[in-house]
Amino acid sequence: MFGYFLERFRALVLSVLLIACFALPAFAGPFEDAVAKFANDEFSDTAEAIEAVASSGNPLAFPIISALQEERLSADPESKKVFITQADGKIIDAATGAVVDKLPDNAASVRLNNRLRRTVEAALGSLTLLSPDPAKRVAAAQSVFKSHDENALPVVEGALAKETDKAAKQAFTEARAAIILFKSDASDNDKLDAVAVIKARGDQEALALLTSAGSDQPPLVAQAITGAISSIQSNLAMWSAVQNAWYGLSLGSVLLLAAIGLAITFGVMGVINMAHGEMVMIGAYTTFVVQEVIRTRYPGLFDYSLLIAVPLAFLVAGGIGVAIERSIIRFLYGRPLETLLATWGLSLVLQQAVRTMFGPTNREVGNPSWMSGAFELGQITITYNRLWILCFTLAVFVILLAMLGYTALGLEMRAVTQNRRMAASMGIATSRVDALTFGLGSGIAGIAGVALSQIDNVSPNLGQSYIIDSFMVVVFGGVGNLWGTLVGAFTLGIANKFLEPVAGAVLGKIAILVLIILFIQKRPRGLFALKGRAVEA
Amino acid sequence: MSAHILTRSLDRAATAFILIVAAVGILVPLSNLLLPQGSFLQVPTYLVALWGKYVCYAILALSIDLIWGYCGILSLGHGAFFALGGYAMGMYLMRQIGSRGVYGNPILPDFMVFLNWDKLPWYWYGFDMFPFAALMVLVVPGLLAFCFGWLAFRSRVTGVYLSIITQAMTYALLLAFFRNDFGFGGNNGLTDFKDILGFNVQADGTRAALFALSCLALIIGFLICRAIVTSKLGKVLIAVRDAESRTRFLGYRVESYKLFVFTLSACMAGVAGALYVPQVGIINPSEFAPGNSIEAVIWVAVGGRGTLVGAALGAVVVNYAKTFFTSGPLAPYWLFMLGALFILVTLLLPKGIVGTFNSWWEPWRAQRVAAVESAAREDGISEPNSAEQAQ
Repeated sequence: MFGYFLERFRALVLSVLLIACFALPAFAGPFEDAVAKFANDEFSDTAEAIEAVASSGNPLAFPIISALQEERLSADPESKKVFITQADGKIIDAATGAVVDKLPDNAASVRLNNRLRRTVEAALGSLTLLSPDPAKRVAAAQSVFKSHDENALPVVEGALAKETDKAAKQAFTEARAAIILFKSDASDNDKLDAVAVIKARGDQEALALLTSAGSDQPPLVAQAITGAISSIQSNLAMWSAVQNAWYGLSLGSVLLLAAIGLAITFGVMGVINMAHGEMVMIGAYTTFVVQEVIRTRYPGLFDYSLLIAVPLAFLVAGGIGVAIERSIIRFLYGRPLETLLATWGLSLVLQQAVRTMFGPTNREVGNPSWMSGAFELGQITITYNRLWILCFTLAVFVILLAMLGYTALGLEMRAVTQNRRMAASMGIATSRVDALTFGLGSGIAGIAGVALSQIDNVSPNLGQSYIIDSFMVVVFGGVGNLWGTLVGAFTLGIANKFLEPVAGAVLGKIAILVLIILFIQKRPRGLFALKGRAVEA
Repeated sequence: MSAHILTRSLDRAATAFILIVAAVGILVPLSNLLLPQGSFLQVPTYLVALWGKYVCYAILALSIDLIWGYCGILSLGHGAFFALGGYAMGMYLMRQIGSRGVYGNPILPDFMVFLNWDKLPWYWYGFDMFPFAALMVLVVPGLLAFCFGWLAFRSRVTGVYLSIITQAMTYALLLAFFRNDFGFGGNNGLTDFKDILGFNVQADGTRAALFALSCLALIIGFLICRAIVTSKLGKVLIAVRDAESRTRFLGYRVESYKLFVFTLSACMAGVAGALYVPQVGIINPSEFAPGNSIEAVIWVAVGGRGTLVGAALGAVVVNYAKTFFTSGPLAPYWLFMLGALFILVTLLLPKGIVGTFNSWWEPWRAQRVAAVESAAREDGISEPNSAEQAQ
C-alpha cells in the first residue's frame, strides 16, 4: 500500500517537474553550462553535453540534438555561444532560444564521430519518449528496444511510471527489459524477468535481440535465453504457417468466387464456357461505372457503391449470359468441343468490345472506407478487403447452396445435372433450365467481378488471368458438386501459398499445374465425382 | 507395297493439293530469285518469308486435324509442341552465332553471358550439331506428347477434360519459359540468328530454300496423314472418334491408337515450329500462350475438320486475313472478326469450307462417276471420302 503511494508520489513529482521544465524558460545553470560545452570542439565534451542536454528536460533540448544530428548546430569557440540554424534559415541562440541576426564569423559547425552519432540517436530516442503523442512514444520505445542504450534507462523508467496508454506502457516495459538484459550490473533475477518479457513479445526483433544478448551472460540467464529463443522460433514458425494459411484462404476465396459460376454451367449443362472470365470482367466494369456515376452525382453514397454494384453486376452479367445461351450455346448442345471454341470466340469479342468502350488501360476502382485498412492478429496483418472477400465468397456459396437445395429451380437444375433425358421426361423444361442456369452462372461471375475489382486491376484482360485457374478448380473439385468446387478452390489456394515460399511464385504455380495434370490421371472426374451409369459423359 | 499405299492415299483432291503445294513451293522461290526485282511477277523476299510462315502454320493445322478430325482429341496445347520444336531449332541457331554475338563469347549465347553464367547448361550440349538439333525437333515434342498421352489416355481422360489439361500443360510451359533461370532466354526468347548450316538466315537464297523446304514438309506431312487415315489404322481412329467405348468393347486398345497418333501429331507440330523459327527470326515464350493453340484449332475448324486439305487451307486463309486486317485501318476490329469467325464457323459452318463444299459436290459427282467408282472397287481401292464426316 505504502509502495503504491510512493509510486504515485514519484509520478506526481516527475510530472510536475516535467511540466515546470516545459513551461519555464531556463534562466541559468546546468543547461546553459551543458550547451556551452558544445563549443569546446572536443568529442568527449560533446558527449557530455548531449547527455546533459537530453536529460535536462528543456524544451530546446530536442531542437538542439536534432540540429546536431543534421549538422545545423554551430558554435563560436571564443564566446562559447552555440547557435541553431533552423530549417527556414533563421538562427537562434541554443541556450536561450533568442533569435540572432547572423552567425559570428568564426562559428563552426559542431563535429561528430560515429560513436557520437549513436549517442545522438539514442538521445533523440529518449527525448521522443516523452512526446505527448502516444504513437510517437511507442515508436520511440521501439527504437530504444532495438538500441537497448543503457543511458535511456532512467527516462524509460520515468516514462513507464506515468504512462497510461496501454500500448505505450507495453512498449516501455519491453524497452526497459531490453536495456536491463544488456546492462552488465543488473541482477540475475531482473535479467530473468527481462527475458520473460521479451519472450512474451515473441517477434522477429525479440529473436534478434535475444540472439545478440546470448553471449557473456550468467549461466542461469544464458539458459533462459536459449529457452526463450527456441520458444520464439517455434512460435514464429507457427505464425508464418498461419500467415500462409491465411494467404491461401484468401487466394482460395478468390478462386472459388471465379470458379463457382463455371462449376454450375459446366456441371449442369456440360458446357465449357471460355467466356466466363469475361463475365467476371463485365462485373468489374459494372462496379467501375457505378462508382463513376456515384462520384459525379452522389459523392456521399461512395461507401455503398459496392452494395449497389453487386445486384447490378448480377443483372448485367446474368442478362448477357441468358442472351448468349439463347443466341449461341443452345445450338451447340451435345457438341462440347465446339461450344468451347464458340465461347472462346465470344470472349475475344467481349474483350475487344470493352477495350473499345473503356480503353485498353486499367480503370480506377476505389475501395470504400470499410474495406480499406488492416488489423493485426498476433504476428500477422489482415487486410479488410481480403477478409470481406472471404466472407462475401462464403455468403455467395451458402446462398447458392441453399438455392440449389431448397428452391424449385434448384431442384430442376439438380435433376437436369443427374439425368437430362429423364428430367425432360418428367416434364422439366430443360431448355428453360439451361437458360436460367447459364444466366445464374454468368451472374455469379459478375458478382465475382465486383469483389475482384477491389484487389485486382480492372482491365479488359482481367478475365483471362482467372480462366485457367478457374478451370483447374472445377476439374480438380469435380463436376456437378459445389462442395467439390469449395474444397478444390481452398486446397489449390493454400497449396499454392505454401509452395510459394519454398519454390517461388512461378515455380509454385507450375508445380500446382503439374500436380493437377497428374491428379486428373488418378481421378479423371475430379475429387467429388458424380456417380452415374453413363459410360461417356 | 508403298506404291499401293500411295495410290490408296491419293484421291483426286489429295493429288490436286499436292500438285498445288509443289507448284507454289517451286515457283515462288524461282520467281523470287530469278526474276528482276520490281518486276510484276517477282515475289518480294518479305512475302516469301510471310508465306513460309503460313506454310508452317498449315503443317501445324494438319497435325491438329489428324488428332481432332480423325481421332476426336481436341488438344488446346498443340502450340506447345510447335514452340518446343521451334526452341530446339532456335538453340541450334543460337549456337551457330558463335563469337559474333554482342558479348563475343564463342560458346555461351548472349543472354547467358548477360546472366553471368560461366558454362553452358547440360541441356544445351549437342545443339551445335545440326543432326542432333534436327533429331531433338522430333524427339522433344514427341517425348512430351508420349508421356502426357500415356498418362492421360490410359486413365481415360477424354473430351473437355483432356482439352483443359492440355491447356494447363502449355500454360505451365509458358510460365516456365518466361523464367530467366530456365536457360532459354526468358522473356526475350532466342533471336538475332546469323547462320543455318553455313548459309546466312537473312539471305534471299536461304529464305527461298526454307520456303521450298516448308512446302516439301507440308507435302510429306500430308502424305503421312493421308496414308494413316486411309489405312485400317485410320478406320480404327475414326471409330474411336465416333464411339470410343464401343471400340474398346470390340477389343481395340483405344489408348494405344490414341497415343500413337497424338505422338506423331506432336512430332509434326515440332517440325512446323522448327521451320517457322528461321523464317521469322525469333522464338519466345509467347508462342506457348494458350490463345495461340486455340487459334490454331479454329484454322482447322474454318477449313474443315477431318479433311486434312481443309486444315491447311484454313490455316492459310485465316492467317492471310489476319495479316490483311491487322496491317490496315481495320486493325482494331480484327479481334471482333476473329471472335465472330469462331462463333459463326461453329454455328453455321460446322463442316468448314472444304467439308461444306464436299457435301454439295459429292452427290452431284457421285452420279457422274458411279461407273468409275464401281470399276475402282474391283481393284480393291476404297472410296476415301466416305469416312469424312465432321461430327
